[in-house]
Amino acid sequence: MGDLILTPNIPNSDDFYEALLNVHEGLDEPAMHALNARLVLILANHIGDETVLGQALDAARKAT
Amino acid sequence: MIAARYQTAFRLYPYEKVTDQEASSAVRHPVVIIGGGPIGMGLALDLGKKGIRCLVLDDHDGVGMGSRAICFAKRTLEICDRLGCGDPMVEKGVVWNLGRVYREQEEIYNFNLLPEGGHKRPAFINLQQPYFEQFIVEQIREQQAAGAPIKIRGQNLLTKLEQKPDHILLNVDTPDGPYQIEAEYLVACDGASSPTRNMLGLGFEGRVFEDNFLIADIRMNADFPVERRFWFNPPFNPNETALMHKQPDDIWRLDFQLGWDIDRKVELDSAKISKRVSEMIGKDIEFELVWTSIYTFRCCTMKDYRHGRIFFAGDSAHQVSPFGARGANGGIQDIDNLGWKLAAVLDGGAPDALLDSYHDERKYGAIENIKNSSRSADFLTPRNAAHEMFRDAVLDLVKDFEFAQPMVNSGRLSMPCTYDASPLNSADALVGGPTRTRPGSPLSDAPLSSGYLLDHVAGQFAILAINCDAPEVFEIDGISVEVHSLSGADDSEGHLAERYLGRSGSALYLVRPDQHVAGRWPAFDADTVATAIQKAIGRE
Repeated sequence: MGDLILTPNIPNSDDFYEALLNVHEGLDEPAMHALNARLVLILANHIGDETVLGQALDAARKAT
Repeated sequence: MIAARYQTAFRLYPYEKVTDQEASSAVRHPVVIIGGGPIGMGLALDLGKKGIRCLVLDDHDGVGMGSRAICFAKRTLEICDRLGCGDPMVEKGVVWNLGRVYREQEEIYNFNLLPEGGHKRPAFINLQQPYFEQFIVEQIREQQAAGAPIKIRGQNLLTKLEQKPDHILLNVDTPDGPYQIEAEYLVACDGASSPTRNMLGLGFEGRVFEDNFLIADIRMNADFPVERRFWFNPPFNPNETALMHKQPDDIWRLDFQLGWDIDRKVELDSAKISKRVSEMIGKDIEFELVWTSIYTFRCCTMKDYRHGRIFFAGDSAHQVSPFGARGANGGIQDIDNLGWKLAAVLDGGAPDALLDSYHDERKYGAIENIKNSSRSADFLTPRNAAHEMFRDAVLDLVKDFEFAQPMVNSGRLSMPCTYDASPLNSADALVGGPTRTRPGSPLSDAPLSSGYLLDHVAGQFAILAINCDAPEVFEIDGISVEVHSLSGADDSEGHLAERYLGRSGSALYLVRPDQHVAGRWPAFDADTVATAIQKAIGRE
């Protein structure tokens, strides 16, 4: 596999963003964190490639 | 006066006065081993079988109380087979291959540690450490009767050591007063709080984990499965973990995670422990408390395992968390590695540099063990909110999705180390050869028409010639090499081909005395093998 994609890649990113907010609807803060943690693990497994995952960890840490 | 530091389960080597104590000058011994635990005794047995004179000094006269290290891995049993004491261990031990993980009361995951056939030994046996030590000492006694030059001296306490240019001078205290001996080499197998290490002023690098675990060994007649059962957040130990394991003699090991801020005295109260046990196993099951203890742990290692003529092996050199059974199993791999090297230097003309490779290979092994056991400890004892959040996320996901199973970490159980970067390896020259038997790996067992492979390859350099020609005997510079010529006719189940040939039609393996692969090629070539042997004994 290649590098982590850091240019727009979701065809309709507004739709996804709305769905991401909706899935948190009605959850208290610990439940939101738990959901996000599950989401990270699900997406990480889907990606699978250790180089890409490493680049994603770096990118997330840098962007603060 | 030799003070007792712990209670012994049974006496195996009572103090006897010896002529060294009367000698006018200090008597020299080729190898002195400090500490008569499983690691020290294992080394003595290995050296003695090779005809190397060795002396074990222990400040007690027997085996310490308590089941302690109960899980002995397949590789340890294979090493003990080579040493001649594997059979009584497996006969007495409880064989298990399966682990189950529960969250609250629901099983979320199970794993088989030996999912393939064709091995003489199981993934693990459970056996109380005193039995393990006893079987090694019994084999030492047999070897001594047959002339092996092993000496064991109980109630002999090392009090001082001085490194001289060609030996070490030891002061030893006994019930009859002190005496001196000399050692060409000294191996400290004297445990986590190693007095030898302290005498040399050497320290540890590593991490302490802020947690306490209660061990309760109980005797009961119950038909719980013979499996490793592990619970996250069980109703009988909320927000913590627990473990259940069967040992011989109807003894069961129960482990309860307690957390960091506890009152040890309160937790060790037998009424309180009995209440915990009842809540775990069921109130109507009768049991008897046999041994209880609270342990904490650290994951750490010495910087160097060799200091001149002094070597450190087992817990004296490195310590791990108990999750993964990597303590005693790692220590046995230490002495498996050191024994043949000491013998080759003392008796076989190998250069002193070969002994440096003990540090190279076994520190590499220790770092692997520390990495694995630290990761398990981090999963069981989350250190911050992020650790806890992801641990819980894994446990949530694993019920519904298979992908999360390999992330559940209740202990990554001891696997033998492959010395990938070892200076003793020759580069892999077998195109299409299986990864599992690459240079640096321990041999994989395989059933042959004449018995198991590992039983044939034990104790000296060996060549496995599979579907290729090789001379019947091979010798170089006084090192004789056993040659095993094998073919499809020996391999009715195909395990040999799968584990040693892969996509290659033939293979020639050079195997070290500790059953690790030193090099492999598609065919025999005398010059190539000779060069590889020189490399494997440290003569570059």
